[in-house]
Amino acid sequence: MNDTNQRPDPDALLEKVQRAEAIRRRGRLKIFFGASAGVGKTFGMLLAAHERRAEGLDVVAGYVETHKRVETEQLLQGLEALPLRMVLYRDTQLREFDLDAAIRRHPALILVDELAHTNAPGSRHPKRWQDVEELLDAGIDVYSTINVQHIESLNDVVSQITGIPVWETVPDAVLESANEIELIDLPPDELLQRLKEGKVYLPQQAERAAQNFFRKGNLIALRELALRRTADRVDAQMRDYREDHAIQDVWQVKERMLVCIGPGGMAAENLVRASFRLAQLLKAEWIVVYVETAKLQRLSKEQRDAILRTLKLAEELGAETVTLGGHRLAEEVISYARTRNATRIVLGKPSLSGWKRWLLGSLVDTIVRQANDIDIHVVGKEPNFLSLTRENPYFSRSRLYLGLASEEQRPMFKWRSGYMWAIAASASCTTIAWLMLGHFDLANLIMIYLLGVVVVAARYGRGPSVLSSFLSVVLFDFFFVPPRFSFAVSDSQYLITFAVMLLVALFISSMTASTLHQARIAGHRERRIASLYAMSRELTATRGEENIVSIAIKHVAEVFEAQVVVLLPNETGRIVYPKGDGTAQSSHGSDLSVAQWVYDHGQMAGQGTDTLPGNEMVYLPLKASSGMIGVLALLPLNPARIALPEQQRLLETFVSQIAQALERVKLALVAHNVQLKMETEQLRNTLLSAISHDLRTPLAAIVGSSSSLMRDGDRLDSHARQELSQAIYEEATRMAGLANNLLDMARLEAGAVVLNRQWQPLEEVVGGALAGLTARMANHPVSVKLPHDLPLIEIDSMLIERVFANLLENAVKYTPSGTPIQISAASVENELVVTVSDKGAGIPAGEEKLIFEKFHRVDTEGNKGGAGLGLTICRSIVEAHGGRIWADNLSSGGAAFHFALPLSEPPLIEQEEATQS
Amino acid sequence: MNNSATLIVIEDEAQIRRFLRTMLTSEDYQVIEAETGKQGLLEAATRKPDLIILDLGLPDMDGVEVVKGIRAWSSVPVIILSARSQESDKISALDAGADDYLVKPFGAGELLARIRVALRHVSFTTNGEEGIFSVDELKVDMIHRKVTVSGTEVHLTPIEYRLLTVLIKNAGKVLTHRLLLTEVWGPNYVERAHYLRIYMGTLRHKLEKDPARPRFLLTEVGVGYRLAVI
Repeated sequence: MNDTNQRPDPDALLEKVQRAEAIRRRGRLKIFFGASAGVGKTFGMLLAAHERRAEGLDVVAGYVETHKRVETEQLLQGLEALPLRMVLYRDTQLREFDLDAAIRRHPALILVDELAHTNAPGSRHPKRWQDVEELLDAGIDVYSTINVQHIESLNDVVSQITGIPVWETVPDAVLESANEIELIDLPPDELLQRLKEGKVYLPQQAERAAQNFFRKGNLIALRELALRRTADRVDAQMRDYREDHAIQDVWQVKERMLVCIGPGGMAAENLVRASFRLAQLLKAEWIVVYVETAKLQRLSKEQRDAILRTLKLAEELGAETVTLGGHRLAEEVISYARTRNATRIVLGKPSLSGWKRWLLGSLVDTIVRQANDIDIHVVGKEPNFLSLTRENPYFSRSRLYLGLASEEQRPMFKWRSGYMWAIAASASCTTIAWLMLGHFDLANLIMIYLLGVVVVAARYGRGPSVLSSFLSVVLFDFFFVPPRFSFAVSDSQYLITFAVMLLVALFISSMTASTLHQARIAGHRERRIASLYAMSRELTATRGEENIVSIAIKHVAEVFEAQVVVLLPNETGRIVYPKGDGTAQSSHGSDLSVAQWVYDHGQMAGQGTDTLPGNEMVYLPLKASSGMIGVLALLPLNPARIALPEQQRLLETFVSQIAQALERVKLALVAHNVQLKMETEQLRNTLLSAISHDLRTPLAAIVGSSSSLMRDGDRLDSHARQELSQAIYEEATRMAGLANNLLDMARLEAGAVVLNRQWQPLEEVVGGALAGLTARMANHPVSVKLPHDLPLIEIDSMLIERVFANLLENAVKYTPSGTPIQISAASVENELVVTVSDKGAGIPAGEEKLIFEKFHRVDTEGNKGGAGLGLTICRSIVEAHGGRIWADNLSSGGAAFHFALPLSEPPLIEQEEATQS
Repeated sequence: MNNSATLIVIEDEAQIRRFLRTMLTSEDYQVIEAETGKQGLLEAATRKPDLIILDLGLPDMDGVEVVKGIRAWSSVPVIILSARSQESDKISALDAGADDYLVKPFGAGELLARIRVALRHVSFTTNGEEGIFSVDELKVDMIHRKVTVSGTEVHLTPIEYRLLTVLIKNAGKVLTHRLLLTEVWGPNYVERAHYLRIYMGTLRHKLEKDPARPRFLLTEVGVGYRLAVI
């Protein structure tokens, strides 16, 4: 009992093993971590590098930023330095780390300073830490440096402390994945001293830096952050160690956090950062969810970009990101949380308050009410002074956080015109009601107003219809309720009328708007599904790689308004341009090296991604269950559209459908080849067994006979010697015959036989065959019945003679000695039909066709000799002549083999004038 | 039987040479062996052989070239040994003047018969003063242009007769289609093998008892014809 309790969780163990394996393949990353510039990270890195080098390791300086510091530059001496890549950018020569050269050079350890550096535009990766990832993937150990302010999750905190925004950040995951982190610590006073001495920056830079950043307060705070961060890591390592060694008594259920973000810009980003810190504390997996309702689909491009940025930030911080579709936010979130077994849901603090919150409800309230079993965290908003420094014109809308906002997210003019129309509609209703006044009851006039509200709700949505509801009540009161033309009400009953009217109007407007809203969602969904269905239906009905590719191109191009090309690898796994022009609508512009990268790494690249974002095309990997199939590259006419989450999801679905279709083709081909191979294998086995039998038997006779002749030749009487010699001769002849047949078969099969057709009298061919078989036919009288007027036929006499020889040998083989064999021929219509018949037992029923198959023998047990090739050869030869061959049994007994050869007009012959007397 | 004729065997395969030497010396032939075409030509020029047995698949030179080399100065009979895969070479060698061929594997009896025919063929052409050719019931009087089968005279057309005489002059020897067409119809007809086949057919019907299984006018399938001498 106790044993089982102490046994570590198998999943955790597996994870540990997998982690260890991944680490073994990858290079090791050591990060020299400091609180700020000038603490001596580069210096520390170089010292460590020298130590490694002294240990005999192959160390190369890939990129070291010395900031012209003398001590540091001295340390650089004696290390092999990789040449830098010079990039010309806006008339400035930028010195960049040369990733390709580093991978080519492939040292054991490479120094790459400043992990947070942003590469020059046009580089393979936008960020240096991505270069480092690739180096690690290539199995190269890397030493690098980073300051605390560059860590993504601390980025906002640092900005708050220093008041200086930092743009260059490194995802925490990179830091987490580092094998070693060495904290380079320097007390603030010493650092300031070093700064004064000009050891950190050159003098002119130093002054500026000191004013802004190097304030003692800042430095202390940053140092604390760095120390704390390092301590966290040590703590995490400790916990890992404890897990590894099964120290913990109780295995906690792993925490899983679901974080809901809305289109809140900075607020959403803060929520993500806060969630990250929370996740770290809890050691929880975390999933960031964005629920995209139809309303959110209509957000402006900038807002959507902000959402994308937030999701990307979450990914960089190690979260899994998911975009969900649906119209009821709370329900979607809760059901997703349940499917993923989330233990906690993290939400932002609602920005609405008071009556609005009470009236419209808030997501937090709904979720808290519905998800009883899940812990709910509500994260408060952080002071957002940073957003003033960042360009964020949408900050004002950040309160539309979490889908709580009820306003329509429409462009201003539409937004305004909706309300104008609401006013206009209320005015028209008043006019109509005015005309009806006197003819109808006041109660009916209310109906006119309600109709107006419905129309406004249907056309302009919730906001204008709410306005319209209120206006209706006000106008009704003013114009129709006595005393008229005043807001005063004489009869207090009307107060109830107003209240009910307002409630009904609001309810109608809400219902109408939400019905429309759902209809729109349904419309969106339907269009997506329809386009996907159209493609998958066509794909399933298609065979052949080229057809699938062209269908894929057609549909993707149509749905995403883009130029599309599907790039597939050749046999050696290199991505190549499609062959021919038929399938390539536009292969030009697609960069094979990018496609290759995508194919090799199975990740997206190009526009809007982390890899080569400067490329104008988007490259998606065609990933199927059996591995990478190829790459789909597309050049969108409207790049922003592709970046939208729901479009991306749709694109991914398309791509996976295409990949599956292509995989199907590939698998079908593989299956076909396997079958072919199996058939070949079976044929080979049959051949081997046939040949081994047919070769061994005569060989045994030959070896036995000849050896006894050699040993006892003198003692044997002449009759015995004759017998043995005869046996050797016959068996050897049989082997020769077999060899001939195999040779013929091989040549016919290989298609190596070119018919040497000449005009022949059949008689001569028959004669030739009979002459060659004289000895074997001795016991079978052969009668040849050929009509005198038999026309010439154009045949290859050598081959047709083989047909006769095989048919005759067969007849000899399968009929009793002494029975006659007959050869006859007749011209029937356009064919010359030749028959070779015998008086033997005939062909077993059902074997008439099989006997022409390769290695088929009627009598498989007995030893009739031959590999069962004779009739197959006959068939091949006859078919090569455009004829046919078949067999049947004669009613009078015996088997008959027929073959028909096509007749044509024979050439003319000059007649002799005179005959000799 | 005392032949005492001198034979040169040009063959690169040691086992085949051994078999030929054993068999031929036991028949009292003088056997000179040559492993290569060059050596064979040298032996042929210096030893004055009565017959040459030539393998077509020699390592140093083309068998057809060997035949041409011999025919440049000598009419000594040449019997070719060929494998099945060398059919076109075989025909070229016969066109170049070889007398007969045997396809491997062949029996001793077959080879000895061919050797005897080839040697007799030499004696026939040299001692044919009488101008009368006869095998079994077939008799051809070349001087009086008279053909009889079992004593019954057979009428032949001029071409049939010319065809027969060409065969008789080379009796026992394999004559290729090309050679016969050239000799009987002229060089313009070498591609019209069907002429030859048709006339051979009518000739057989006139001379043979069973034309489908000829006794005298033998078919060498894919190669040509031969007039049987024994």
